[in-house]
Amino acid sequence: MNDELAIHAQGLTKRFGTLTAVDNVDLTVRKREVYGFLGPNGSGKSTTIRMLCGLMRPTAGEIDVLGYKIPRDAEALKRHIGYMTQRFTLYEDLTVGENLDFLAAVHELSRPAARARIGELLERFWLADRRNQLAGTLSGGQKQRLALAGTVLHKPDLLFLDEPTSAVDPQSRREFWESLFELADMGTTLLVSTHYMDEAERCTRLAILDHGRVVADGTPHDLMANLPGRTLLVETEKPREAQRTLQGMQGVIAMAQIGTSLRVLGKGGEDFERQVTERLQAKGLQAQVHPIAPNLEDVFVVATSKDKEPSHAAA
Amino acid sequence: MQLRRLGSIIVKELRQLRRDKLTFAMIIGIPTMQLVLFGYAINLDVRHLEAGVLDQANTARSRELIAELAATEVMKLGKPLQSPEQVDAALRSGEISAALIIPPDFETRLERPDRPAAQIVVDGSEQVIQAAARQLAAFPIYDNTGWTSRTSGIEVVNFYNPQRRAAVNTVPGLVGVILTMTMVLFTAIALVRERERGNLEMLIATPVSPWELTIGKVLPFVGIGLVQVTIVLLLGKLLFDVPLRGSVLELYAAALVFIVASLSLGVFLSTLATSQFQAMQMAFFTFLPQILLSGFMFPYAGMPVAAQYVAEILPLTHFLRMIRGIMLRGATLGELWHSLAALGVFIVIVLSFAVSRVRKRLD
Repeated sequence: MNDELAIHAQGLTKRFGTLTAVDNVDLTVRKREVYGFLGPNGSGKSTTIRMLCGLMRPTAGEIDVLGYKIPRDAEALKRHIGYMTQRFTLYEDLTVGENLDFLAAVHELSRPAARARIGELLERFWLADRRNQLAGTLSGGQKQRLALAGTVLHKPDLLFLDEPTSAVDPQSRREFWESLFELADMGTTLLVSTHYMDEAERCTRLAILDHGRVVADGTPHDLMANLPGRTLLVETEKPREAQRTLQGMQGVIAMAQIGTSLRVLGKGGEDFERQVTERLQAKGLQAQVHPIAPNLEDVFVVATSKDKEPSHAAA
Repeated sequence: MQLRRLGSIIVKELRQLRRDKLTFAMIIGIPTMQLVLFGYAINLDVRHLEAGVLDQANTARSRELIAELAATEVMKLGKPLQSPEQVDAALRSGEISAALIIPPDFETRLERPDRPAAQIVVDGSEQVIQAAARQLAAFPIYDNTGWTSRTSGIEVVNFYNPQRRAAVNTVPGLVGVILTMTMVLFTAIALVRERERGNLEMLIATPVSPWELTIGKVLPFVGIGLVQVTIVLLLGKLLFDVPLRGSVLELYAAALVFIVASLSLGVFLSTLATSQFQAMQMAFFTFLPQILLSGFMFPYAGMPVAAQYVAEILPLTHFLRMIRGIMLRGATLGELWHSLAALGVFIVIVLSFAVSRVRKRLD
C-alpha cells in the first residue's frame, strides 16, 4: 500500500442475514486527512467503521489500515488506532482521573508516562478541574471531551469517530471540532461519521453513504461545485403556496422553506429556472427566481434521492 | 496476559463495586438475612436412606428385626459392618447416613423394658435423617408376649448433632447456597453490564485481551466469596453455636474450589446473555435446581433416582457434602475426595465451554 494512505478498502461488504448493511464500498483515506462519513441513520456508517477497526468481520472485501491487513492483523492495529462512539463508553461510576488511569494501564503506558500524559490531556480538553468528578455526572460535552482524551491517550495515528457529537449542544460541538483539528494538525488521521451538514463541510474530504453504498465522494467544495444551476431561490410573499404549486413538478427533487423564501433543488438543465418561473406565473404568484450556490445539504439530497446520478467529484 | 493491565482491571472493578451501594449491601445482606431466615427447620420424610448394619447378636430375632426395619423402606440396610470403628468411618465419609447396631446382649435386653434393645446411629449433620430415625425409634419390637406396647425398643443415637438443632444442619448448607447466589449472579451480571453499557465496545478496540478482562473482573469476587463464607460461619457460631469440627483451612479450601466452580458458571452464563436482565434470569434458572436438588432443601436420599443424577451434576450438591462433612463430622478433604474431584470436573467442562464462546469482536 502507498505510504501516503491511511485506509484503503475495496469491495467492503457486510451482510446480516438477508440485510446488506454495507454494500461493496471502496474507500481511500490519505494520511492527515479529516475524512467524513455523511449519511442518515442505518446507512452503514457505523458498520463500516467497525469493520475498518477490526471489531467486525466483513462478509467480503479487502481492508488495509495503516499497512495492516484487516481482520487478520486486527490485534496489532489496535495499538495504533483510537475508536470513539456517540455513546459514552467510559465508566460512569469512575471519576475522570480513574477512567484515564485505567485506560493508560490498558494501553501499557508506564506509570510516570501515564501521569504526564493524563495531566497534559486534562489541560488540553479543559477537564483539569473535573479530575475527581464521577464521569456520569459530567455534561454531554464534557463526556465527549473525556472520551476523546481516553481515545487519544496512547497517541494513535488514526482515529475513528462514530458520530461523536450527536448528543451534545452546538457550542460543545464547535469546541469538540476545534480539538479534532488540533489533532489533525499534529499529524493524526481522522475518520469521522456525522449526520450534521456543517460538520461534514469542515472535513477535508467526505463520502456520502446511503443504504450501505457510497453515493458520492470528494472534497466538500468539489461536491458542491458539481451542482451548477440546480439550486434556485424563489422569493415570494406566499412561499407555502409556491411550494404547493411546484410540488410534483417534473425536475424538482426537493424544496425547503427558508424564512420567507423557498429553496428549490432541481435536476438541473438550462430550462429549469425558466420552467419554474413560468409555472409560478401561470398560478398568478408574484415571485423572483434566481439561482444560488448549492450547499452540502443539496449535495446530500441529490446523492440520496431515488433517481440520482452518482456524483464522484475529482479530488 | 499482562500484570499491570490485569491489576488495573481489578482496581477498576473494586472502585466500581465500592460505589455500587446496592451490590455492596447485597454482598453483606444476603448472607445475614438468609442465615436468620433459614435458621429454622425444614422437615421432610425420607426413604431409602443408605444405612449399615452391625449385628453383634446375630440371632434369629436380630435378623428378624433387620428384615422388619428394612421392610419400612426408610433405611436401606445394605452395608454389613463388622465393628463400631467401621460404623464410625462409614458415617464420617458419608458412605452411609445411618447404622443399625444390635448389641451382643440383644436377647436379654429385649426382656428388660428399661433398656433399649438396639441402636440406630444417625448422621445428625443432615436433619431430615434425624427425623426419619426418630420415626424408626417408635418402631414396635415383637417380643415373646406378642406386639409390645413399649416404644423405646430402639434407641436413636444422634452422632453429630446430639441436640438435633436445625441451625447446625442449615448453616453449613447456607454457606453453599449464598455462594451460589452471589457468585453466579454477580459475575454474570458484572460481565454482561460491561457489554450492555457499551464499555466492551470501547475495550475491544484496545489491546486488552478477553481473558485479562474476564479474570480481572472475576478475581475480586473470589475475595468477596471468602468474606461471605466468613460472615456466615461467624454468625452461625455466634447466633446458633454451629460447631466446626474439621480443619478451618480445609473448609476454606473446599469453599475456594466451589467459588471457582460457581464463577465459571457465571462466566459461562455471561457469554450467553445479551442483557443484565437476561443474565439474572439465567442465574435464577440455575439456582432452582441447585437449591432444590442439592440436598439443601430436600434430602438427597429422598429424591427419585433421576433427580439424584441431576443433583450429581450440580456443584452445590458436592459442596454441601464437603462442608457438612468437614464442619459437622470432622471429615478431612481426603475422605471427601470424590466431591472435590466432581467439582474439578465441573470447572474444567464449564470453563472450556466459556472459553470457546469468549470472543473479541462485535459480530
